[in-house]
Amino acid sequence: MTVDDQLDARFRAAAIREGLVDVRYDVIDSPVGELAIATTERGLCRISYGVDGFDDELAHVFGARVMRAPLDDVHRELDQYFEGTRREFDLALDLRVAPFHEEVLAALGRVPYGITTTYGALAREVGHPTAARAVGTVMNRNPIPIVLPCHRVVGANGSLTGYAGGLDRKRLLLQLEGATLPL
Amino acid sequence: MMVAMPKQQEIPPFERFYCAHRDEVLAYLRRLLGQRAEDAWQETFLRALRAYDRLEHGRHLRAWVFTIATRVAMDELRAKPRPALEAEPAVELRRDAFREIEHLTDDLPPTERAAVVLRYAYDLPYDDIAAALGSSEEAARAAASSGVRRLRRNQ
Repeated sequence: MTVDDQLDARFRAAAIREGLVDVRYDVIDSPVGELAIATTERGLCRISYGVDGFDDELAHVFGARVMRAPLDDVHRELDQYFEGTRREFDLALDLRVAPFHEEVLAALGRVPYGITTTYGALAREVGHPTAARAVGTVMNRNPIPIVLPCHRVVGANGSLTGYAGGLDRKRLLLQLEGATLPL
Repeated sequence: MMVAMPKQQEIPPFERFYCAHRDEVLAYLRRLLGQRAEDAWQETFLRALRAYDRLEHGRHLRAWVFTIATRVAMDELRAKPRPALEAEPAVELRRDAFREIEHLTDDLPPTERAAVVLRYAYDLPYDDIAAALGSSEEAARAAASSGVRRLRRNQ
């Protein structure tokens, strides 16, 4: 005997309505592959290219009451971004990171659509001009890629450098935004 | 991305716990409550979710959710009066023997019905059944035993 979709959806809706869920997540399709997305009551807290182990990581950081449920707002804004009709996201974010990371991610959030910057420039932006390498670490651990556009950060010599989702994805996102790609 | 690997008996994400047990809990409640099972099923998992962040470890989660389901079902069924348990020697039943009389469990009093079904359809040990019924292990054994005798009489 299996629980049908209607009963399942009714339970999930009741759980969310009662405020019993620490973090909700869903897996959506995108031009850069499957994305796992998650929100808390405060806002979007994760976007991940890796789906395996995602629920464990959420439980670890946000609490064990993890539930899969459609995240319509996030899904819609990401779809619009990939269709090229959205250049900025209007989503509340729930960042639970150390102060330095928070500062760097805030500066990252101000890098405009279709423009690239460098690790060094971001380091200067947050008042730590010698911290380019530390900024690289923050990019690598960015909990909300795409929305916090670490794909727009490239090396000082113009190389793509690295990307937690792989360089192919970084290149694709920059092409989508019409950014001038480094050689 | 950093992924925390779950330690043994760490509490799993609720989603995984829910997916692992939702179907068998519904089947169990259908046996106990028939058409009224769906509301009880939802209430079971809402109660589980309300308590989930207070769990101290991830052991015995299956027995735990059957306990909650049993309590929800008992609350439903206790609207009807239930006969007292008779003191008689314990009776055990083989699983295949149970299958032959399983369809008669609907007519058992609530506690006996839960004890019999948990024991013979779900293989729960008597200490878990006792926890589910909120009774002692002997009382759980007596309830299952009395239920089996009643089933045999009605056969």
